[in-house]
This record gives sequence, structure tokens and C-alpha cells, in this order.
Amino acid sequence: MIGLDHYIILGSILFAIGVLGIFLNRKNVIILLMAIELMLLAVNLNFIAFSHYLNDTAGQVFVFFILTVAAAESAIGLAILVVLFRNLRSINVDDLDSLKG
Amino acid sequence: MIPPSTDFLIALPEISLLVVASVVLLIEAYGGSKNAAYITTLLGLLLGCVVVAFAGSPETRLAFGGLYINDAMGATLKVLTCFSAIMAVIYSRQYLADRGMLGGDYLALLLFAVLGMMVMISAAHFLTLYLGLELLSLALYAMVAMRRDDVRASEAAMKYFVLGALASGLLLYGMSLLYGLTGSLELGRIAEVVHGGVKSEKVLVFALVFVVAGLGFKLGAAPFHMWIPDVYHGAPTAVALFVGSAPKLAAFAFAMRLLADGLQPAHGDWQQMLAVMAVASLAIGNLAAIMQTNIKRMLAYSTISHMGFVLLGIMNGSLAGYSGAMFYAVTYVLMSLGGFGMVAYLSRAGVEAEELDDYKGLNAKHPWLAAVMGMFMLSMAGLPPFVGFYAKLTVLQALIGAGWIWLAVVAVMFSLIGAFYYLRVVKLMYFDAPAATDTIPASHAGDAHMLLSANGLAILLLGILPQPLMTLCAYSVQMSLG
Repeated sequence: MIGLDHYIILGSILFAIGVLGIFLNRKNVIILLMAIELMLLAVNLNFIAFSHYLNDTAGQVFVFFILTVAAAESAIGLAILVVLFRNLRSINVDDLDSLKG
Repeated sequence: MIPPSTDFLIALPEISLLVVASVVLLIEAYGGSKNAAYITTLLGLLLGCVVVAFAGSPETRLAFGGLYINDAMGATLKVLTCFSAIMAVIYSRQYLADRGMLGGDYLALLLFAVLGMMVMISAAHFLTLYLGLELLSLALYAMVAMRRDDVRASEAAMKYFVLGALASGLLLYGMSLLYGLTGSLELGRIAEVVHGGVKSEKVLVFALVFVVAGLGFKLGAAPFHMWIPDVYHGAPTAVALFVGSAPKLAAFAFAMRLLADGLQPAHGDWQQMLAVMAVASLAIGNLAAIMQTNIKRMLAYSTISHMGFVLLGIMNGSLAGYSGAMFYAVTYVLMSLGGFGMVAYLSRAGVEAEELDDYKGLNAKHPWLAAVMGMFMLSMAGLPPFVGFYAKLTVLQALIGAGWIWLAVVAVMFSLIGAFYYLRVVKLMYFDAPAATDTIPASHAGDAHMLLSANGLAILLLGILPQPLMTLCAYSVQMSLG
């Protein structure tokens, strides 16, 4: 029987992969966007599991909002990525180094 | 189910701002003049101020089934947010016009950002808190990336975007755990459940870590401050000016809603985390600012240290601490607007006055501007006749009142270190000879000049008579939480 704790553990693993993806990835900015998406989906999984467990629909409604906002966020992220590529001719994370100090 | 009409009345400030933002977009889409968009934006923000003042009431009211709250603190912060957005728009007009950025698109984004802040300020539910935050952040990402041909701006936008999205993710994860633990997304209900005792204290602390980390990112407190220097440095000065002003008020409101409204019963747990973040912010902000040669980057590190002070006020958990933090946030926004306003004012088409060396000998060329800039710097350093001194004093008083002597000592020590780099700007302006190549040309934006003078004098005046603003902050916090 799959219970609440299984979902929470899966959610936390996915979330951890997402966060690690942001910090460990030194190659490609698109992978960062994917890691961000994974984090948000892990959160959604958590919300749905809790919502089902608590018999409360509010959590599921929240998930719809997160999905919508995540779509808008990806759109802006990809737009910034295009601008960045035009200026820098690269989407390598290590090349984002003109600002420091 | 249709919410009662009184609910719409409560949300009238946001609704009117949304209408104005849409009108500005339409003006741009149908080829209206730049001036029309600019004037509409200013009038819209002014309308926001007026509507908040008339629609608001001192007693706390909930609307839309507990999603939305209208209270004294919210009303005060909303008026101040609109007001600081007006100042930011006036300061940046000439800068934007010189670079061809002044248009309906930029102004509409700014209005949507203000709308997001207002939603955040009156959030009584995780959903409104999150949506307001994202509306603000998404608009700001786009504004930072506005100069499409600038490598630094697009790099800053990318960094801001990735770290902002990470912060939202952390915050949401914390929220999901709190939802599982308390069974509710409403802040008031969460406070009741946490007060009655939760099933697992460990999970509560675990959730708090995520929520506080997300909050730290948004406030720009160390160790989650990495984006602040890059964004302030890389973004066009007009955008840095806006990012550094009104959103700080919204971030303060965000912290208050989340921690004071929703998680006050868990005060003992989050107090420790905020204390660590505050000390780290004061240390990193003040020490790193000394090494900067770019004034925008220096002001960015100074923001981090000021946010440390705001956190010191909030972590107190008492009404005195909250109102001290509110006073600090309000006065900091005033000083930050002035500092960045000056940077934008001294920049001309093709010339960015953003290196510290550009300020050498400013006094010889523009004595009044140098004096005003000096006031901003001395006020940020916390020197007595200016309001920055009282802001620090109220926070420290509340800290000592709650028995946190060692924290107060640490804060004072780091402020002393911080005074060095503010005074360095004063020294450059008054005692150094201007650079051989005169980089700062004569100024010509009359409106910004007048506003800068008024801003400087306001800082002096509030320093001499801080009582009205302090009373207002204490009153709003008292009415909302007392």
C-alpha cells in the first residue's frame, strides 16, 4: 500500500535533485530551468498528497496556480535566455562571470 | 459563489491599479505618445495612494473568503509603496528617456510590479502571498533584462531569475509542509493550529527553515544575498533604483504576514534563524561594501546590511521590534531612493556615473547636489541629525529591551565599520580634485532635481522630527497585531 509518507519522500527526493541541479550544474543554463521546474513539480506533488490526505481541496487549487505561474516563469526565463545568448553567444553557466566583486 | 460587493471595495486600490496598468499597455499598443504613458503612470500611482487612503480603515477586515486582508499596517505600507514608486518613476524619467527605454512597456511592467507588492501587502493566505510575490518578481526580471543589447543587464537578469525561482521553490516547499502540518493555507488559521500545538515539532522547524530561507532570498539577507550585488550592478540604474526601493517595503510586509501573522506561536524557532541571518547580513554587507569601486555595487552591499537591521527588528517578535523594523524599512527606502536617484540623475546619455571616482570633486561643480548626496550617505551611515540614526536607534532600543545586548553590540560594531565607506563618498566629493576628464556634465532634469532636494530635506527633517512617522508605524503595527 502506497501511503502519504511515500509521496512525501518522493517529493523531497525530487526537490533535492532540483536544488542540487541548480548548484552543481556548471554547463548549461537550460538545465537550470529544468531543475527549477523539477523543484516546483516536487512541491506540487507534496501539495496534492497532503490535500488528498487531509480531504481538503485547497491544496489542489494551489497546485493549479503554481502550474500556471511556473509556465509564466519559464516563458520569462527562456526569453531572458534568448537575450543572453544574443549578447554572449553562449549559454554556458561559467561564462556568466562579467559581474563580480 | 460571488463574493459580496464589500469585498471588491476592500480590493479597490489593486483593482484601480490593474486598470491603470492595462490602460498604459493600451496606450503603448495603439502608438500613444511616451508622455501620455508617463503621465498616466504617475496619475495611476497617485490614484492608488488616494484610493488606499479612502478605502482603508483602521480595523482589520478579511475579504474573499479569507484570501485578503485590509488593516492599518497594510494601508500604511500601500500608501508608502505607491509613493516611493512615484518617486522612482520621476527619478528615472530622464535616464530612461536618454536610453530610449521610457515607454508604455517599461511603465506597465513597473505598475504590475507595484500591483504585485500591494497584493503581497494585503495577503492573508499562502495563495495571495505567493501570487503577489510572483507578480512582483516576474515583472522585475523583465525590467532588469529591458536593455536587450547590454551583456551585463542580461547576465544580471539571468542570475536574478534563477536565484529568484530557487527562492520561490524553497518558499513553496516550506508552505507545502506547513499545509500538511496544519491542514490550512490561511495564515490566521495556521497561527491558531500552531498555537494549539502541532503533531511534530521537528517538521514545523524543518518547514520554517525553508520558509525563512525563501524569505531571506527575497529580502536579500545573507547568506541568501548573492543576487543583490549582481542585479544592482548589472541592471540599468533606473531599474536598480526601483528594485532597491518599494520592493523592500513589500518584502517587509511579506515577512510580517508570514512570521508575525501566521507563525507568531513558533516565534522561538524562527527567532534564532533570523538572528543568524541578521548578523551574517551585517557582517557581509558592511565588510564587502568597503572593497567596492562601483557605487551601485557598494549601495547593493549597503542594502544587505540595512536588511540585517530590519531583520533584527523583526526577530524581536514584540510590537516595539516590529514597529522599529517598519520605521527602518520606510526610512531606508527613502535613503535608497535618494542615493540611486542621484546616480541616475548624474548619468547622462552614454555616461553612467556609477564609479566612485565619478564623484570626485562633485562639490566643486555642483555644491548643492554634493550636499544632498552627503545627507543620504551620512543618513545611511546613521549619523545623528539624519533619520538613519533614529531608525537604527529604535531597532537597537527594542533589541536591548528584549535583552539581546550582545546582538545590539554586534550591530553597532558593524555599523561603525560601515560608516567608513559612506564617509569615503563624502570625502571623494568634498576633498578630492575632480578627474581630469570631466565625466559629469551639467544636469538638466528639473523635476528630478527638485525631488532630490526634497528627498534630502525630508531625511533631515525626519531626523529632527522623527516622532510623527514613528507614531504612524507604531500605530499601524499596534492596530494590526495588538
